[in-house]
Order: sequence, then C-alpha cells, then structure tokens
Amino acid sequence: MSAAPVRLDIDGVAVEVPAGASVAAAVALAAPHFRRSRSGQPRAPLCGMGVCFECRVRIDGVEHQRSCLVPAREGMRVACDD
Amino acid sequence: MTERCDVLVVGAGPAGLAAAQAAASHGARVALVDMQANAGGQVWRRDARRPASDPARERLDALLAGARVRWLGQAQVVAAEPGQVLVEQAGTAIELSYGALVLATGARELLLPFPGWTLPGVTGAGGLQALVKQGWPIAGRRVLVAGSGPLLLAAAATAQRHGARVVAICEQAPAARLHAFARHLWRWPGKLAQAAALRARLAGTPYRTGRWVVAAHGEGRVVEAELNDGERIAVDQLAVGYGLVPNLELAQQLGCELQAHGAHACVRVDALLRTSVASVYAAGEVCGIGGRDCALVEGAMAGHAAAGAVEAARALQPRRARARAFAALLPEHFRLDPRVLAAATPDALVCRCEDVRLGEIDAHADWRAAKLATRCGMGSCQGRVCGAALAQLRGPAFAPSLSAAGPRPPVFPVRLAALAAHGAAPHAPPPAASEPITHSVPQGTVP
Ligand SMILES: Cc1cc2nc3c(=O)[nH]c(=O)nc-3n(C[C@H](O)[C@H](O)[C@H](O)COP(=O)(O)OP(=O)(O)OC[C@H]3O[C@@H](n4cnc5c(N)ncnc54)[C@H](O)[C@@H]3O)c2cc1C
Ligand code: FES
Repeated sequence: MSAAPVRLDIDGVAVEVPAGASVAAAVALAAPHFRRSRSGQPRAPLCGMGVCFECRVRIDGVEHQRSCLVPAREGMRVACDD
Repeated sequence: MTERCDVLVVGAGPAGLAAAQAAASHGARVALVDMQANAGGQVWRRDARRPASDPARERLDALLAGARVRWLGQAQVVAAEPGQVLVEQAGTAIELSYGALVLATGARELLLPFPGWTLPGVTGAGGLQALVKQGWPIAGRRVLVAGSGPLLLAAAATAQRHGARVVAICEQAPAARLHAFARHLWRWPGKLAQAAALRARLAGTPYRTGRWVVAAHGEGRVVEAELNDGERIAVDQLAVGYGLVPNLELAQQLGCELQAHGAHACVRVDALLRTSVASVYAAGEVCGIGGRDCALVEGAMAGHAAAGAVEAARALQPRRARARAFAALLPEHFRLDPRVLAAATPDALVCRCEDVRLGEIDAHADWRAAKLATRCGMGSCQGRVCGAALAQLRGPAFAPSLSAAGPRPPVFPVRLAALAAHGAAPHAPPPAASEPITHSVPQGTVP
C-alpha cells in the first residue's frame, strides 16, 4: 500500500482503511448494518456501484450519502441508521 | 454556473473514455462526467488494496491530463435535455451545455429476489467485486458466488485475490450449454485467454452448473445459502448476480428510442451510433450488453462521430461487428432457467426501498398500477433494482424501461439545496426528435 491509511469515525468507533477505500468499506469494519428499512430490517450494500441506495449513511452531517460512491477521507464522521 | 463544451460524455467507463479520447483527437473541447470518484467504470475500477494491479490507470491519467478534456468526477447528471444537462457535484449544481452528447452510462447488475436476499452480507456478484476493490474486508471470509454469466468468474477471482475463501461458484446454466459457449470462443482468442486465465486462477474452487440460490438464511446477517438441490452451505458473504441490464434513465429522459434487449431494453442506435435524438450518441453497455471490447470500439466510434469525423467512425465498423457477434453469444448460452425465477416466492421482498413483497405486486396488472398501489419503485433507488427484477419476473407490462412513461427528472435523488443554489427546478422531459431513426442495428447482428 502506497499512501498512508485513512482514519474515520463510524458511529463513535475509530476505523482505519487504506487510502482509496470507500466509506462503505469503513462502515463494514465497524457497524453491523448501514441503515434500517421502512419495516425496521437491517440493511447493507447490495450493488456496490451507486444504484441500490442500500448503503446510504450520514457523512459529516449530510444525510443519504451512498457510501459506496464516497472515498474515505481523514476525519470523516459517519452515522448509520438514519 | 453554465459551462460549455463541444462534446459531453456521460460515463467514464471504457466506452466513455474511448469517446472522450476520440473526440479530443479532433480538437473538440470535451467534458467527461462520472458519478464515481475515479474514471474506469465497472471493469477498470481502481483497486484500493492492490493499486499496482490497475493496468488502466496510466491510460486514464494520460487522457485526463490532456488540456482538452475537462473531468468532472463524483458528479452525477441528474437531468438532461437537448443541448444541456444538469450536473450535481458536491452539493452544487452545474449546468453544462453541449454541441453533441455521448451517453456511455453502462449497465447495472440484474438482481433477482429470493427469500433472505435483503440480509446484510448478501450482495450482487459484480456488487461484491466492486465493494472488494473499494476496500471491503473479505480476507478469510467464506464466500459463495452464484447467478449467471462470465462476471461470476471475475467476481470470484477478485474476492479470492483479496484473501476470501470462495467455497463455490454456482452457475444456473446447464453444463452442456456452457460447453457449447466455450466451443465458440476460439474465434475470439482474447476472450479465450481471459476465460482460461480465470479458470486457472480458480482451479481449486468448485464450479457447479445447473445450481442456483433459492434462499439466504440468518438473523441480522447471512450465515447460510440454500441451493436448488436442497444443499445448505455456510457462508459469511453471498454474492448473486444474473447478468447485466443497461442504465437507460438519461436516454429515456432525452426521449431516445429504445428497443427490446431480452426482458429489458437498450438504446436504439444506427450504424454510426446515433440515437433517435439529434446530436445524441450512445456507446457501450447502454446499447446492449457487449463487454469491454465492445464498449471500447463503440466509444471510439461515438466520439469520432460526435466530433464530426464520420469517416474515422465508419472505419471502426468491422471491429464493432466482431465485438457484437461475441456479445450475441451471451444471452443464448446464459439464458435464465424459468425455475430460477421461481426462487422469487410471493413472500420475498421485491422492492427493498419500500419493503413491498412480490405477492403484493401480483394483485396488479402492470408496473404503473403496482407502483401507485404499493409504492413499489418509489423509494430512493427509483425502481432501479425492483424495476429490472419485475421486468424479468413478470414480463413487459412490469418493465419500466419499456413502458411509455420514462423516468422524470431528477434521475438521481438530488438535494434541494443544490437545485436552489442553481436557481431552478428540474425541467420536464423534452419531446423526442421528430425525425425517425432510419437505420437501426439489431442486437448482436453484423451491421
Ligand atoms: C458491477 C459490475 C462489475 C463488472 N466487472 C467486470 C469485470 O470484472 N470484467 C469485465 O470484463 N466486465 C465487467 N463488467 C461488465 C462491464 O459493464 C463492461 O465490460 C464495461 O465496463 C462496460 O463499459 P461501459 O463504458 O459501457 O460502462 P461502465 O463501465 O459501466 O461505465 C459507465 C459509467 O457511467 C457512469 N454513469 C452512469 N450514469 C451516470 C450519470 N447519470 N451521471 C454520471 N455518471 C453516470 C457510471 O458511474 C459508470 O462509471 C462489470 C459490470 C458491472 C455492472
Ligand atoms: S451499495 Fe448500492 S448504492 Fe451503494
């Protein structure tokens, strides 16, 4: 791995991922699921490419971000289960 | 803010990159837009944990370093009309006006419902590949890859390279049809070599034909996959994909004529990749699933044509015909066994956004009626997943891409703040061009 790893905060848990990883990868390391469905079921990424919206989380206060499309950046604060 | 370009290319996969390169080679000012942070599309996705194994990177960087190509990464086109599009990037809206437009929006996976497919740990096959390349933790995990098509091997190889234990690959097609497929491959030595290399890398992995997943079991996450022969396999991750379907939202919004592509649809183009709308071209998977080689040659053709270099585009027609002839083998040899569709039981959720069961849909006559009554397809994904699934499971009446009403803008949910900053609500979809298309290329045939 060339670049230094990136540290993020996922629901209060500190996580480290390689540079170039997605926020989805970081969430996978820390949280049991990404969101809950309308009827309360736990959900996690399905498509990996921005189509299904199952991976959406709140990133730095902005809701409904598709975490599979967002590269992880140092110091990001991510909240699941919105 | 309005920006201008001569040729606008939407999508930076192999097709879009080749289009940008070809158009720029004639001196056109090119803008290249992709909702992913990096160019490369689905097949050339950058690998976060193994950056060295990215052969496309130099090529991409060279192109993007060119002064004539403006790159808009992590930017999604949310509305399109003749002459201009609306792009959302980092919460702001950009209006881009263009002389010619190349749609290279690629394809997504066909994901079919089965009981338990909403459990965390269940992904698409290409979906798992994409996630793993983006750093998804997979080392030491037991992975089952299932579904249909050549992508299963590629997905399994990626997972394995990242340390996963691929317990099996389950292909729904019967062995005889796969052997028939393999017997055709000598005509495309590159494909043959690719297939052989993948099989060699996966030598220790059981490859089962005529097998598919009928259910995923677990509480809060998948722990077991159940196959059609009753076998249950312990897994940490289950990846299931049934091939690809074109991403047509922008083409539909522009009013481009579509044509049937199996149970789905693709953009109808002529021998120079013109769509039915003036100055709008389409290339790659969006014109029918054809793979990387097809995307590359069609992208180049569309880029040349969009820049007015018709002869350069025409010169590539034989190469395109060859690539499309290979593509034509896929639907025949990997066609879905009707019993695979039966894994979608009435109890299985079909719309994951609104938690609608398949049984609820079956009380309605078509997509529109089902949507109004059940909210199916009205959630965040805007029917991208359940729409394709229902087209496959229940036929043309349930195929949103084939119904008269195309998707309304925005094609992706967009924050109101972005639109407010831009000072406009999305426009209504424009009417189709009056001139009918004269020469269309049926899927997979030689033009
Ligand atoms: C998940 C997945 C994995 C795959 N893996 C492989 C593989 O390993 N090997 C292989 O040979 N083939 C693979 N394929 C097949 C692949 O589709 C083609 O071979 C090739 O990538 C097609 O190139 P393309 O340029 O037509 O489309 P794509 O590569 O799909 O590129 C389309 C691009 O358009 C962008 N886009 C779409 N809509 C918008 C919009 N509204 N705004 C902005 N950007 C937009 C997308 O983000 C994407 O980057 C995969 C397909 C999928 C879906
Ligand atoms: S996993 Fe489907 S949108 Fe992110």
